[in-house]
Amino acid sequence: MSGVVLATVSGLVAQTSGGSNPSGCAIGKAGDSVSGLCRAANSLHISVAYSAILPVLILSIGGLVLLAVSAVLPKRIYPGLYPVLSTVVGGVSLVASVWQWYNVPGHGQGMVEIGGQIFFDHFAVLFAILVSVAVILSSIASDSYLRREGLDGVEAYVLILMSGTGAVLMAESASLISLFLGLEIMSIALYVMAAYHRRRAESGEAGLKYFLLGSFSSAIFLYGIALVYGATGSTELVLIANHLATNVLSNGGVLLAGMALLIVGLGFKVAAVPFHLWTPDVYQGSPTPFTGYMAAVAKAAGFAGLLRVLDQGLLTQQTDWRPVIWVITVLTLVIGSVLAIASRDLKRMLAYSSVSQAGYVLVGVQAATGTGKSAALFYLFTYTFIVIGSFAVVDAIQGQGESRSTIWAVRGLSRRQPLLAAAMLVLLLAQAGVPFTSGFLGKFYVIQAAVGQGQYYLAVIAMLTAAVAAFFYLRVALLMYSSGVPAVAATTPPAPEPSGSTGDLPYGDAGEPTDVGVPAERVGAASAMTTTGLAAGAVPSEGGLATPARAGGASALDVEAEEDVFAAGLAPVPGLDPETADRASALDAAAGDPPYVSSTNAMVIFISVAFTIAAGVSSFAVDFAKAATTLF
Amino acid sequence: MSVPSAWYLVLAAVLFGLGATGLLIRRNVLVMFMCIELMLNAVNLTFVTFSRDLNDIGGQVNVFFVLVVAAAEVVVGLAIIVAMFRRRAAATADDIHILKG
Repeated sequence: MSGVVLATVSGLVAQTSGGSNPSGCAIGKAGDSVSGLCRAANSLHISVAYSAILPVLILSIGGLVLLAVSAVLPKRIYPGLYPVLSTVVGGVSLVASVWQWYNVPGHGQGMVEIGGQIFFDHFAVLFAILVSVAVILSSIASDSYLRREGLDGVEAYVLILMSGTGAVLMAESASLISLFLGLEIMSIALYVMAAYHRRRAESGEAGLKYFLLGSFSSAIFLYGIALVYGATGSTELVLIANHLATNVLSNGGVLLAGMALLIVGLGFKVAAVPFHLWTPDVYQGSPTPFTGYMAAVAKAAGFAGLLRVLDQGLLTQQTDWRPVIWVITVLTLVIGSVLAIASRDLKRMLAYSSVSQAGYVLVGVQAATGTGKSAALFYLFTYTFIVIGSFAVVDAIQGQGESRSTIWAVRGLSRRQPLLAAAMLVLLLAQAGVPFTSGFLGKFYVIQAAVGQGQYYLAVIAMLTAAVAAFFYLRVALLMYSSGVPAVAATTPPAPEPSGSTGDLPYGDAGEPTDVGVPAERVGAASAMTTTGLAAGAVPSEGGLATPARAGGASALDVEAEEDVFAAGLAPVPGLDPETADRASALDAAAGDPPYVSSTNAMVIFISVAFTIAAGVSSFAVDFAKAATTLF
Repeated sequence: MSVPSAWYLVLAAVLFGLGATGLLIRRNVLVMFMCIELMLNAVNLTFVTFSRDLNDIGGQVNVFFVLVVAAAEVVVGLAIIVAMFRRRAAATADDIHILKG
């Protein structure tokens, strides 16, 4: 619906301001993004190229259909219906975006459509694909979380689809006003998603903080639009670029102020460093699957807006904005990495990690070349999978009520959940930029773009901060593979063992399914049984993990070969006080019930890991990366 | 006689600054919320002034978009504030202190 509204009102804008461009040709038929847009001057007929806004239409209409379906159906009859519908809508949007990819007008150069409001080019379509993928993965990953927390309902999926609508609209906006509308459609839905967990005070607090600071940054961004409009006489990026290329500004100060405010507003959305202070609080408080979605989509859309504004509207002013972006980039890289070392909460650490990842994308933005732009896009595309997968793993580790959230909760994870630990290891290594993962290629290409522009200092700083960042990723990896929880041999009958020097609790491992007397129940029941002193359960490999289509060749993560013993263990021995210290209680929680990985979550984690490895090792994916990084 | 448009721009800048300052120093969440509205309306005044200066009606059309967006923000923002402070005596930002570190 928002697409239709946008088409209508943008037609109005085109009519009302049509006098300044008397070319008089039909919109979308002639002209391209280089020569400027074509306007139907003094004509009331505005043709709307629906093919240009297909993903926006599908996502928004899909969200409304979901609402309508939920109003008609009796409550809680089909609990699994809404995530399936939301995934289907995301899939249709993905198919439409792929169709768009092969049908970009203007001989692949792109075109300005719908009264100068919408770009239809590969840049926009790539973000439509990215957002569709994020919608699909997040719809699948949210299901088990929402059911576990008793929050299941249609609203979460409607919000996911609506914020996806806004994100795609931001990426394809050709004017600052449609960029602002996209930003707000996305952000308002995200504010609600952050505050979605009604019973957790942290969630409401995250929503309120996100709302206040997000509205603040939106207002700043809007003031920037107004000042740029005053300086150049238009809000359309093509007209702004033409005006700046052909005129000497009489009031350059207004334009500079407007540019600064635009950078501040978008810098807030992508969590670049002077404007990053909301990130850890909001990421920590929001429901975990939504945090992953937020980190993927809000960041991608913010960078799409930043690239549109800086690279297309204000490219002629790059001597003004490039030094500013340089400083922001260095601050983001350094401070993001350093603060992540100090954080003791898993989601908080990943939040600071996402800040430092934004720094690498900014390296590509700062290059202000086609290569840099493409490298930034490739980085964002691979980061989408990494971050949604990471938060899906964190969701599994945290358990009911997000109770186990410190980094010590992962201690000994490799014993209890080898596959989960291996998946987390791959995702952490990808974020650290280790070779044979997609994260390495992303970092490689952005640094290559910086070097291509002669930015050697920036390249060196980026590589050094990558080394700093590797510390806190590897710390979590070491904790996962450390023997904080003493494990017994699989053949040994489950028996309490003397605890080690860390004061953690005995832990038995009934690893082989044949030893387990209790037949395989849903492992979630194991968490309820721990208080009684006995918990044993084994589940054969779930459907999501047994998918044979593995693109990567990494044998370290042989997912489908292994038999999944998701849960087996003894409860803590009564008599030991679990409340002696924070750290000890975190260990208790880690030693108690093993993380329960739902089949949907396992599917998301598997897809993320498979893509991360495939895009890092297979030659086809490297070719894709090279093609993607020379797109523009 | 007509007032020069620069005065309107200065007035809008002052209003925007007041809103931004108020958001940063006030502790009542509702007042902070009103400060955001003040900032948005200062932008509207800027848009209208530039629209008159440039003799281009597009700036005035933008004001309608901003008004609609501000209304949507009010709906969502008040809902979040009510949900957050339902069990508390006062809506003050000092109560928002769980998440830190």
